[in-house]
Amino acid sequence: MSYTGGGRIVLNNQREAQISRFRTWVLLAVPLAAIFFQVYVPQFFHFLSYLELPLLVVVYFALMRRSQIQGLLIGALVGLAQDSLLGTKNPLGMFGIVKTLVGYFAASVSVRFDVDNVLVRLLLAFFFFVFHQFFYWVMARALLGQQIAFNLQQTLLIGLLNALVGISLFHFLDKLRETA
Amino acid sequence: METFLNRYRSLTVLLLVIFAQLVLLAVQVKNDQDVRMIRIWTVTAVTPAARVVEWLRGGSIGIVRDYILLHDTHDQNRRLQSELDRLKLENIFLKNELNTADRAKALGVFQEHTPSKTLAANVIGTGAGANAKVVFVDRGSVSGVQRGMAVVTPDGIVGKVTAAYPTASEVLLITDSDFAAGVISQKNQVRGTLKGQGSPVCKVDYVPIGEKVAVGDWFYTSGDDRIFPRGFPVGIVKSVRDAQPFQEVYLEPSGLQRGLEDVLILTEGVHQAIPDQPVATQPVYIAPPLPAADQAAVQPTAGTEADKLRAQYKAIGDAQKHTFGEGPPGTKPPDFTKMGSPASPPPSVPGGPASAAPAPPQPQSAAPASPSVKPTPVKPPPPELPGAEHQHAE
Repeated sequence: MSYTGGGRIVLNNQREAQISRFRTWVLLAVPLAAIFFQVYVPQFFHFLSYLELPLLVVVYFALMRRSQIQGLLIGALVGLAQDSLLGTKNPLGMFGIVKTLVGYFAASVSVRFDVDNVLVRLLLAFFFFVFHQFFYWVMARALLGQQIAFNLQQTLLIGLLNALVGISLFHFLDKLRETA
Repeated sequence: METFLNRYRSLTVLLLVIFAQLVLLAVQVKNDQDVRMIRIWTVTAVTPAARVVEWLRGGSIGIVRDYILLHDTHDQNRRLQSELDRLKLENIFLKNELNTADRAKALGVFQEHTPSKTLAANVIGTGAGANAKVVFVDRGSVSGVQRGMAVVTPDGIVGKVTAAYPTASEVLLITDSDFAAGVISQKNQVRGTLKGQGSPVCKVDYVPIGEKVAVGDWFYTSGDDRIFPRGFPVGIVKSVRDAQPFQEVYLEPSGLQRGLEDVLILTEGVHQAIPDQPVATQPVYIAPPLPAADQAAVQPTAGTEADKLRAQYKAIGDAQKHTFGEGPPGTKPPDFTKMGSPASPPPSVPGGPASAAPAPPQPQSAAPASPSVKPTPVKPPPPELPGAEHQHAE
């Protein structure tokens, strides 16, 4: 399997979109590790709570698998798992719905873009982080009636940080792909 | 269907997964009133449909009831129409009653506050002539009405009695072309003679050129005609034109603006001061009186003649160390022979200078200003003098 490596941004046609394959344990372990990181590490390093590793993992697998169904299923499972670990006061389904949509849309755009391009990855990671935060805020207000604030400036800044972290994470996860 | 699902498989799966999670969410979450969201959502989703169905059902029943089952609609309509007519008449009657009660109340308030002696009367008829501005009132000589008495309402002068019959009187309205009365403007004290024109507008005649009269100025009776006491509102100036040899000033009478049903006949007129402020035509809220305890604390600073006399007596009592109201009956009173002359000169005579003292605040907007000068009765001219009112007025 060859990787395009970052010359192009948009693919000429869908046949150029290559589907990456992963071992099963990678598909299980990486999301679990991301969720574990999200739950555990910020207890000691609070600033790391701004990292949304489960989201980045969902975006990565959705982009790489280029399958909408697989992307939304990964997003739903990761989101529900994240909901489950947020405590009994948090209803199941909030992160599940948001990450389902992120997985679906990420997989949808992956057939149009060269997702191995660093710039594309950066932009998509940034965009989906903002989308994730905004949609969660909308749902919290609409479905739960929670009057939480949405700080756009802060969201954009943290989104940029997550995108930068996502570049490194994606590069690391690329190593776990099955080679042809 | 199967083709459709295959074609949009991803979207279908997405919707299913989202829906499943929404249901999961709705089952868990409760709102502020401890009602599960799934129940709220279900009710919210179902009730519009129920409303539409109910609207359709009600409409259908309504159509059946209104357009198909029309057995007794015509009779019912006729019955309701007659009832509506009856209620309309009743409504008009009650409105008239209410209007009458309001006017009676206004007249009552005016009677209470005006120093003149008045006699309430109802207008019971109008003159037979086409141009005659004459009305008949239900009070006559038996009630003490005499020819030449002034007729007013709380809003202004109305006319004068031109004939007094035993049980009724004829009143010449100020809009009649034979009517005349002495008037004076409020602002610049410009004197003139009010003359009827046979129209709703009256003319103020004999106003010299150069006298300042402006549109919007109020005219009051001057008392010069010896029919209308000084200080009753006449009307508001509507137009002013320079002409030779006098200005042409036209005013709208204020006493006739609200119709003419109840009037007051001045059996004994009392001159009043021309108020400083224009007559308010809108009703004014009058606050309830102070409680007794507060009333005791609020004493008038500028008193009446009685207050001045009281102060004088108190000073005499204080000088002789006598406290009024104390001691048993038979206690020696103060020596009042040591009382000096009155502290203030007698008040100005009626019809005096136009720069009379400003009138005190009005207790009721409908009533003209209370006099700040000592009221002086004005006897109506003797009835045996034919045409006396014209001589006085002109």
